[in-house]
Amino acid sequence: MPEHIVPIKTYTIVLVALLVLTATTCAVSFIDMGKINAVVAVAIAFAKASLVALIFMHLRYSRRLMLVVAAAGLFWLGILIALTMGDYLTRGWQ
Amino acid sequence: MAETVVADRHAPGAARAHQFDNAEQQRDAATMGMWVFLVTEIMFFGGLFASYVVYRALYPMAFAVASQALDVVLGTLNTVVLLVSSFTMAVAVFGSKTGRRRLMLGGLALTIALGLVFLAIKFYEYYQKYAERHVPGPSFAFPAPYTEQAKMYFTLYFAMTGLHAVHMIVGCGLLTVLIVMARRGRFTPDYNSPVEISGLYWHFVDIIWIFLYPLLYLIGRHLE
Repeated sequence: MPEHIVPIKTYTIVLVALLVLTATTCAVSFIDMGKINAVVAVAIAFAKASLVALIFMHLRYSRRLMLVVAAAGLFWLGILIALTMGDYLTRGWQ
Repeated sequence: MAETVVADRHAPGAARAHQFDNAEQQRDAATMGMWVFLVTEIMFFGGLFASYVVYRALYPMAFAVASQALDVVLGTLNTVVLLVSSFTMAVAVFGSKTGRRRLMLGGLALTIALGLVFLAIKFYEYYQKYAERHVPGPSFAFPAPYTEQAKMYFTLYFAMTGLHAVHMIVGCGLLTVLIVMARRGRFTPDYNSPVEISGLYWHFVDIIWIFLYPLLYLIGRHLE
């Protein structure tokens, strides 16, 4: 796959977006929204991580194979957490 | 003969080791190898993230109250430092791919400097936690009724940020090696995989912090 060179301008835009998202997640955490707080925090973290992975780590411009490898890691982490919590959260059930 | 090939790999214009068909395949193999390593790193940190999810689900109030003991200003500052360091790392990789050696060297040096700033702030925070007797152990102290549960939070805090800090130290070491190699003219637009994949590692460590920051620093803020 021919090498794709990402211009510095793109990196700058991503950096600004990351800083704005950081300010957002920090500000929002001071507002009491009950359980929504955790959902918003994790959603913003995933948005930031996606920006870093897709642009800084060039996943968007790489072979699909790299995307599959990265997604496999997340998928297995999902299995780890889902099955563990499947145990802990159902211990009180009769 | 094999030795000659390995030595030649670092020479400009002879960027390919003999087991690869072409430079492109060699580059893809290096990138792929790094991604597979990073997946094992996801699982390495994943055990700690899973423990965090379990104990936060069990003790939500204790985690929120203990989280307030962290310094949100320093945590946010460190997030900014690390995000900017990812940007300078991306610029260094750009410099290596376009053959701009001074841009690459400047990017690498700035990235290391920002990494060291991050570590300095982190260790100052550790010192604060030590002074406040929040380090789990015989001298641990936290107001009732959350004393024991807060100990679990701080155990996870030190394990997760500690493992992350170790990765930062390794990253600074890697980048120092890159600077030495770059000064010797080892990288060309045709051969820059070490810069590219060390960049992948650095960005990965950044991503870990992107999750640690809200999970450790921000969960109790709305109760203040």
